[in-house]
Amino acid sequence: MALQPRIIPVLLLHKGGLYKTKQFKKPSYVGDPINAVRIFNEKEVDELLILDINCSKENKEPNYTLIEDIVSEAFMPVGYGGGISSLEIAKKVFQLGVEKVVINSALERNKELLSQIASIYGAQAVVASIDYKKSFLGGTKAYFISGSKKSVHSPIELAQMAAKSGAGELILNSIDRENTYQGYDFELLKQVISSVQIPVVVSGGANTNADFDAAKQAGASGMAAGSMFVYQRPHNAVLISYPSNYFYR
Amino acid sequence: MLAYIGIESRISAVHSQITTSDHLILPGVGHFQHGMEQLEDLGLVDVLKQVVLENEIPILGICLGMQLLTKHSEEGNINGLNFIDALTKKFDFQDATFKVPHMGWNSVEFKKDSPINKGVVSNPRYYFVHSYFVECANQDDILCTTSYGKNFVSGFQNQNIFGLQFHPEKSHRFGMEILANFCKI
Repeated sequence: MALQPRIIPVLLLHKGGLYKTKQFKKPSYVGDPINAVRIFNEKEVDELLILDINCSKENKEPNYTLIEDIVSEAFMPVGYGGGISSLEIAKKVFQLGVEKVVINSALERNKELLSQIASIYGAQAVVASIDYKKSFLGGTKAYFISGSKKSVHSPIELAQMAAKSGAGELILNSIDRENTYQGYDFELLKQVISSVQIPVVVSGGANTNADFDAAKQAGASGMAAGSMFVYQRPHNAVLISYPSNYFYR
Repeated sequence: MLAYIGIESRISAVHSQITTSDHLILPGVGHFQHGMEQLEDLGLVDVLKQVVLENEIPILGICLGMQLLTKHSEEGNINGLNFIDALTKKFDFQDATFKVPHMGWNSVEFKKDSPINKGVVSNPRYYFVHSYFVECANQDDILCTTSYGKNFVSGFQNQNIFGLQFHPEKSHRFGMEILANFCKI
């Protein structure tokens, strides 16, 4: 067995609870985040990604108490994103036992932050989330602040800028596909992988395990999914699931 | 994870606490030079030499902690604690499919029986994240190796000195049994 790509559940925090959005909108309540983390822990997930979808919008600091409670239940690597707007805030989050911080809004607001964090914690601890969607007038643009502010850059441009600024990993997050089960955006995934040196995690639209195989084939270092792991179809009843040891059999 | 398996632990830079502990874990992610400077600034180098080399208290270096136990690192080009005859070198792959850092879950091949790998499950996997690796001068010190572009030393042991390149504390039950074993030594 060689190094395998990571299958990563994405958990969205909103008002202290676990929520799921659709295309970055309409948050609906899923349950208690600590309970979800306990279940994912039992399922031996490869990595967890916790994103607070309020912090940047409301200019708030992370909910440190909640992060600490989550990390103490997690016997796997944990990435956290949401409100990482300064080195001081990043330090506090790392002290809680988080392995990686995810940066999105600061890619525009405070570019220096990536290299500042990387110089202390290493580039592997700095993940840039490249959120993007198609515009009405054609063309695909990156977005900031939980998908509410359009960037002048394309996702590929922003990916290259983030890698240059010190990110050690990218999450390529399709807003259009989130919670739609359309499958990953393999076309852009391949383009981004060939235009940066750092590992790329694909996110948005995961439908079945076949998407993980295809993403592995395309060269992804990780595959993130939310809906697929917190909902049971066809009626999107809340049910936490995970393909344990998928690439290790 | 230590609390979960019923082991009392404390995070400490206090000399008197370190000299009175039964086991020591030297963790760490980050830059080698920053790590050594921290140990020096806190006056821990001499304390560790005394408890590890003279009192022979078991020590487990994890990730950067493992590398700090070696003689020297290419990261910052500075000397380490020199508790084991080994060097820390940078991954340098010609093949671009091997990205650096080596990050994710990988397997190990155990090269010897040691108290720390006693009774481990078959085909365990562990979480790695590192850009530098350890090269041991003595083959007998090698506990396990891992394949990533080449075989590198993912664990070593010489008497009471243990090092693991992967993160047992982030490796579910696979890492839990390793930590439990270490604390029984």
